[in-house]
Amino acid sequence: MADRIQLNQKSYAKLSRRGVILGSLQTAFIATLAFRMRKLQVEDASNYRLLADENRINIRLIAPSRGEVYDRNGKIIARNEQSFRITIVKEDAGDIEQALFSLSNLIKISQSDAKRIIEETKRSAPFLPVTVRDQLSFDEIARIAANTPNLPGVSVEQGLSRVYPSFESYAHVVGYVGPVSDSDLQGGNETNPLLKIPRFQVGKVGVEKHYEDILRGSAGVMKVEVNALGRVMRNLSRKEGKPGNNIQLTVDTALQSYIQARLGSESASAVVINCKNGEILAIASSPSYDPNKFVKGISYSDFNELRDNELRPLASKTVQDAYPPGSTFKIVTALSALEANIIGPKDTFTCSGKMEISNRFFHCWKNSGHGTMNLEKSLSESCDVYFYELALKVGIEQINKMATKLGLGVKHDVPMSAITKGLMPSREWKLNYRKQEWLVGDTVNASIGQGYVLSSPLQLAVMAARLASGKKVNPILTKSINGQNVHNLSNIEDLDIDKSYLKIIRKALFEASNDRRGTAYGSRVIDNTYRMAGKTGTSQVRNITDAERENGVTKNEDLPWKRRDHGLFINFAPYNKPEIAVAVVVEHGGAGSKSAAPIARDITLQALFKGNPPLEVYPAKDRSAVFERQNKLGEVLKELEIFRENKV
Amino acid sequence: MTYLEYKVRAVPRGFKKLFYLNWPIILLLCAATAIGVIMLTSIAGISWDPWASAQLKRFFVGFILMISIAMVPIWFWKSMSVLAYITSLGLLVLVEFFGSTGMGAQRWLDLGFITLQPSEMAKITLIMVLAFYYDWLPDQNVSKPQWIIAPLALIFLPFFLVLQQPDLGTALLIVLGGGAMMFLAGIHWGYFGAALSLSVGGALIILQSRGKDWQLLNDYQYRRIDTFIDPSSDPLGAGYHITQSKIALGSGGWTGRGFGQGTQSRLNFLPEKHTDFIFTTLAEEFGFIGGISLLAIYALIVAFSIIAAISNKDRFSSLLIYGVTVTFFLYFAVNMAMVMGLAPVVGVPLPLVSYGGSSLLVLMAAFGLLQSAHVHKPRGVI
Repeated sequence: MADRIQLNQKSYAKLSRRGVILGSLQTAFIATLAFRMRKLQVEDASNYRLLADENRINIRLIAPSRGEVYDRNGKIIARNEQSFRITIVKEDAGDIEQALFSLSNLIKISQSDAKRIIEETKRSAPFLPVTVRDQLSFDEIARIAANTPNLPGVSVEQGLSRVYPSFESYAHVVGYVGPVSDSDLQGGNETNPLLKIPRFQVGKVGVEKHYEDILRGSAGVMKVEVNALGRVMRNLSRKEGKPGNNIQLTVDTALQSYIQARLGSESASAVVINCKNGEILAIASSPSYDPNKFVKGISYSDFNELRDNELRPLASKTVQDAYPPGSTFKIVTALSALEANIIGPKDTFTCSGKMEISNRFFHCWKNSGHGTMNLEKSLSESCDVYFYELALKVGIEQINKMATKLGLGVKHDVPMSAITKGLMPSREWKLNYRKQEWLVGDTVNASIGQGYVLSSPLQLAVMAARLASGKKVNPILTKSINGQNVHNLSNIEDLDIDKSYLKIIRKALFEASNDRRGTAYGSRVIDNTYRMAGKTGTSQVRNITDAERENGVTKNEDLPWKRRDHGLFINFAPYNKPEIAVAVVVEHGGAGSKSAAPIARDITLQALFKGNPPLEVYPAKDRSAVFERQNKLGEVLKELEIFRENKV
Repeated sequence: MTYLEYKVRAVPRGFKKLFYLNWPIILLLCAATAIGVIMLTSIAGISWDPWASAQLKRFFVGFILMISIAMVPIWFWKSMSVLAYITSLGLLVLVEFFGSTGMGAQRWLDLGFITLQPSEMAKITLIMVLAFYYDWLPDQNVSKPQWIIAPLALIFLPFFLVLQQPDLGTALLIVLGGGAMMFLAGIHWGYFGAALSLSVGGALIILQSRGKDWQLLNDYQYRRIDTFIDPSSDPLGAGYHITQSKIALGSGGWTGRGFGQGTQSRLNFLPEKHTDFIFTTLAEEFGFIGGISLLAIYALIVAFSIIAAISNKDRFSSLLIYGVTVTFFLYFAVNMAMVMGLAPVVGVPLPLVSYGGSSLLVLMAAFGLLQSAHVHKPRGVI
């Protein structure tokens, strides 16, 4: 027994030893745990706290309201309107197909929409709303609101959408907004999170695009706490964004709408500029399109129709298209000759209807010739041969210099899209781009605004304005941003052209409009206070062959539309105290005196009278036609105004 | 051997036994349970339902079970050791055929009034049978190879059955528990050295075989090893649990976010927040202070138990107490190491704190055995 106890004693000691060893191991492990806990919770706590907040706090952006665009009188051009969309939440709706069926009794849901909605609800988390339809009308919203109890999971969400109440009038000026595309994300915008908000819209063309940064504003931030699945548990904070700045343009909506209506379905464009300070009062291109369609998402068929229309409604013809300026360019040739002291006002040339230069005949538009011409008469009657003579003496360099002074071949800085520089050719230009030597014939062609010379209607209007005021006015479209004037218009420098020369040209243009033999006599104004001074232009888009000249030139009306001449007209008024300058181009409209000049007269008078002019200012024989037109356009504009006030 | 062989001069009788219970351990058990109930309340959004009240009820049942077992002399339990072991093996086989599946493994046996997890029971019955074996085995035979075979078989049977469920975590705990018993019994160091070098070598070979012709594990198993080594390599996949649980712990800081304020668990970033990952909520809401307090309670339970084991001169009792202690230790050590990113994610609950009936009852029963051994320990050797 003692033996046994002895043994027990020995085994007991061993067991205790092993027990202490095991206990020590356990203690060591517990200490490790404690140190680990300290490391995680004390040393690295701030790191992990940050990670936890990242986990739970989701930052959502609130789209700011876009700045609005006004005209010079405070009339709205682009604004934001509450728009409604309906969404469906799967977990509240239960059977999606059943819910869509109930909805389709109230609003129209297309097959493809229904398919998309079912797909989306399958893919996304059950608590996330899926858009059923966007841009609903008030009627539809009212119908849904009345049936809310029967439509679980369906809710109406509000947002802002862009509205252009003037419809087609400003499509080319203000442009439109649309969903963010890949190209919008380039050029420093890649990281702007605002652009990644679903359904966010950015300016696509025109003022909307040019002033995107000013109009956009900055995003608001909403912090929400989300759970691991992304469901919003509660709102933590909400900071509203800064709305975009409002922009006031120099345009006058009444005039702009009038011009748009006056141009009608012609492929034409017109620019009206305040000739003292360059403010653009109207800048219209026709035919136009409804920018609201683009905001809502234009249908393929509508878009294709716009794109394929040969009158090019999508083109902003006032700034983006350049035409041979035709006879309107004679102003440049005449001024350059005066400045180069090649001719005086009294000097004359004889026009025989054609002129031979380096073995080639250059013709005057008047086959029989103008006879003896001085500068004033040559402009007012638009004699070509006279300018051929000048061209030979002046040379292209002088002409080019003068054109630049008058704003041709210069890219004017207005906030519209795709602004052309036009083309004012020179020796270097031809050598560089055509790889050919400059020929005398090129100068001769250029002297009457044909050949290589190309100008946009805006450039022509600027030329008219500079001529009228003698000041170096630049076209301006933006009056103020957020109430702050953008341009200082008090100190506009004088044009670097002798005033007496300008006076001679102005007089010549007056004669063109008011002398019985002037090319624009048909479109004169008979009230002395409002008399116009203008220059017609007819630019060829084809060459007239010698054979044709023998047999009689084909009449413009008999040609296919695409091959007819462009009709141009530039003018300023009133002659005694110029206020506005106007340029009108009618594509393939035939002679400028017949196509562009009558339109320019109506526009000029409309701008001067700020509304319909009294019939007495028109020559007696035009009055009945003008009266009829005034009534017709009045109807159109009234309708547009009603639209503007009520619908959209 | 029967209880008649026990030579005890003075064993307390009747209600007097209550005074001889190891009260510090009981109070510490209650404290740990209280922490658990508080956490379950918080996780439910400061509500008794559904977990806290149920957990409290189970604790009362477990408490009564513990006291009842403690009142019965240890020599009775000693005589039941082999039977208990065989029964639990039988239940493990039963669960293989009739068990209900949960969490991807067959673990539960529905007995109508209670769902039983035989693998939990097996841990304790293995301790009992090994204590019985080494009490019976003369000391000089302990390290002899022929006497090593039987305990190895005793360990291997439940290990194999649990692995079949499959429950790798519990299976490894069974091996560790059994190994600890063999170590305590006094087996020569050499065996452990050999076992250690074998497992290290095996692990190296397994790792080496990756991408070779003779690759030993499946690709997904290697990926699990990768995630364990670097959880950030797959933060949304397999590493998600570890990453999120570390974030929860770390964001607690010194004092935590406060009761009911733990964002990680409340917002469901954490999986199994009321069971295996409950410690993360404690650490997030009560910070380092809260976490270290629970760890201290556990450490004290281990300390008091080891003291009780050393002070017990009866070999079976002493081995049993050590065994229960090691089992308890392995529970919380593995669980905490897991949530702190020190061990791979295995399904081991935090003892007394995690919500769950089976493990709580088994644990209370084990402490009942510990108390019985303590109450009925030899006081003065004859």
